Amino acid sequence: MFYREAGDFSTTYSQDSQTFPIKFDRYRYYVVLAIAFGVIPFLINDYWANAVFVPFLIYAIAAIGLNILTGYCGQVSLGTGGFMAVGAYSCYKLMTGFPEISIVIHVILSGGITAAVVTLFGLPSLRIKGFYLAVATLAAQFFLVWLFNKVSWFYNYSASGQISAPERSVFGIIVTGPNTEAWAKYLICLVFVTLCAIIARNLTRGSMGRKWMAIRDMDIAAEIIGVNPMAAKLTAFMVSGFFVGIAGALFFAVYLGAAEVGESFGIDKSFLVLFMIIIGGLGSIFGSFAGAAFMVLLPVFLKNVFVGGLGWPTDLAAHLQFIVSGSLIIMFLIMEPHGLAQLWRLAKEKLRLWPFPH
Amino acid sequence: MKLLSMTVAAVMAASPVMADLVFPSLSYRTGPYAANGIPFADGYEDYFTLLNERDGGIGGVPARVLECETGYNTEKGVECYEATKGEGALVYQPLSTGITYQLIPKATADGIPVHSMGYGRTSAKNGAVFSNIFNYPANYWDGASHAVNHILDVNGGDISGKKIALVYHNSAYGKEPIRTLEELSKKHGYELMLLPVDHPGQEQKSQWLQVRQQRPDYVLMWGWGVMNQVAIQEAANIRYNMENFIGIWWSGSENDVLPAGDGADGYKALTFHNIGSEYPLYDDLQKYVIDAGKAAGAGDQVGTVLYNRGMYAAMLAAEAAKTAQKISGTAEITPAMMRAGMEALEMTEAKMAALGLPNFGPEFSVSCENHGGNGLGAVKQWDASAGAWNLITGYEASDQDVIGPLVEADSAAFAAESGITPGC
Repeated sequence: MFYREAGDFSTTYSQDSQTFPIKFDRYRYYVVLAIAFGVIPFLINDYWANAVFVPFLIYAIAAIGLNILTGYCGQVSLGTGGFMAVGAYSCYKLMTGFPEISIVIHVILSGGITAAVVTLFGLPSLRIKGFYLAVATLAAQFFLVWLFNKVSWFYNYSASGQISAPERSVFGIIVTGPNTEAWAKYLICLVFVTLCAIIARNLTRGSMGRKWMAIRDMDIAAEIIGVNPMAAKLTAFMVSGFFVGIAGALFFAVYLGAAEVGESFGIDKSFLVLFMIIIGGLGSIFGSFAGAAFMVLLPVFLKNVFVGGLGWPTDLAAHLQFIVSGSLIIMFLIMEPHGLAQLWRLAKEKLRLWPFPH
Repeated sequence: MKLLSMTVAAVMAASPVMADLVFPSLSYRTGPYAANGIPFADGYEDYFTLLNERDGGIGGVPARVLECETGYNTEKGVECYEATKGEGALVYQPLSTGITYQLIPKATADGIPVHSMGYGRTSAKNGAVFSNIFNYPANYWDGASHAVNHILDVNGGDISGKKIALVYHNSAYGKEPIRTLEELSKKHGYELMLLPVDHPGQEQKSQWLQVRQQRPDYVLMWGWGVMNQVAIQEAANIRYNMENFIGIWWSGSENDVLPAGDGADGYKALTFHNIGSEYPLYDDLQKYVIDAGKAAGAGDQVGTVLYNRGMYAAMLAAEAAKTAQKISGTAEITPAMMRAGMEALEMTEAKMAALGLPNFGPEFSVSCENHGGNGLGAVKQWDASAGAWNLITGYEASDQDVIGPLVEADSAAFAAESGITPGC
């Protein structure tokens, strides 16, 4: 009825190639942005920011990063946790080393440093594929965690090995440290997420994204039609590393405030982000958001229902939460192996035809 | 997603706000640290249940324990903190050094006190810098000093040339004592060997192989959760002399030694409170809580080391609340009043005897300059045939000549880092 191409005419090439070709989609996108920027900051409190929105937004950036590498370019990575740690520790070193420079620049620079490190660890991908590459990135994960534990320069020689974010501000508004207002925390993450998503979406639509997808679908064929596998794979690692680094920097500086590498950036982080893109949908920017939302919100939601709503003991709730999330993941993978993004795509197909399915 | 958030909001709005004293319990009854988290959480909750059932609360106001599962995970700990702080939480006891590090800046900004009893950041002892953080009655650096002092006692005061290994959880928690042990090694001339164990500590073959090869004279352990059991089992496997194996107070519960059976006989651990259940308070506990079917959890932990510690933590919190009620003249105290009460807390033998816990913990008093008490600690030893811990020393003082300057230096560094002007 409302959701269709009919009546929406493109008169220029740029109109024809826009991200949301359907008018309804476009308006929905503007409404989501307007609510995210204009309404939520006024309603948000500490709990909603710290338990729901900030982790969701930061994990969404990490999921976008991993999705570029795994979903678009087909290179499996189990090193996301370690790569996030690179972002976090570079951000910490930059924040404490150059306190006069804006935190925004530090976060972007941390992304750059992570991109360089990830590209380095991406080099083996030119020779090895699939499971073997996954194991190589797993080695990166353990190596990086070990490195940040071992070399005390990374944590400024503090006795406990903890890094903690000093107070920094953007335009006079405090965005890191304990005195940060909930809305400031939320907004800085939102700005980064929006920019990252727009960049990622446009990269994947362009020639670079097409090269990645060609490599993913069949690397020999891609090489024959003129895609340079080295350039394509390494740019995928680089771009992915940039996003994951930004996510790590924000995760440490804005969300946690204090971090310890083994606990905050361990192997379970790598798996968590991998689950996000698998459940959300490989090779989809929307899927990264959907997966991050699913993995962040579901535990909080279940906990609130079981403990807050039903008053069950906390240990029972915690165990049940594992069972419910686990079985939901299995159910999703059986019923829709392409993730939430595919469900969304199907829903849109149905909506286009509705109410006349034939 | 909209529907989801609306449901969450509805669920959260449904929890009622009552006039009572809220003591959040950031517990962990799941995960690799559950074996140690459960008894502590049970003891903590049971003590408040006892106060409510027997005395009608603290100063006539009922106490409410708000339990939140953290799984020893810092992110979940932060979520728990944010979820519970709005309910008027008086004091946080996260039972995790990692979560404590998270909460130090957050709780200070929110004006809520944190009591990290025998864990957390050691230099929080300096109350002039850490206004809202308390770690009485003893801290890790005291513990490190107690262990070295005990080794000194055993060796007649001379341990130069001896080799001491530290097997530690490779996290903020396990790294805490290293600085003190290094300073003490300069003073006493022993050689320190560091053996980190990564979370969760299930795999320690290589560490104990190193112990077997390099034969340290003593092994100290800063372990928690499943790591303790594995370490004690591995030590028994290589036939390490258990009398020379000393754990911190977090590595000395029944759950840690029982799996190794007779092999654990003679294992030593530190403690800052007494053991067993031979106290008048336990009669009340039996009558009002256990027999009434109101015990927390499965109710099978009563009298264990960590149950006692949870109860001790609750007792100190309740006493601080009473002190706060006395100072402020109102029964319904706020977190700020609670902080003042904790800072004025004084534990005397007479007070503990009146509570039904005679000779349970050391006497200490808290002041603005000293948030850490006087750091007394004792050594206990496991008797596998009797299945019981025995105190083998009295409460002794730690080496404040070494620890004092370290606390000073570390808290000054924190103050400079976070722009705090120290002052009382």
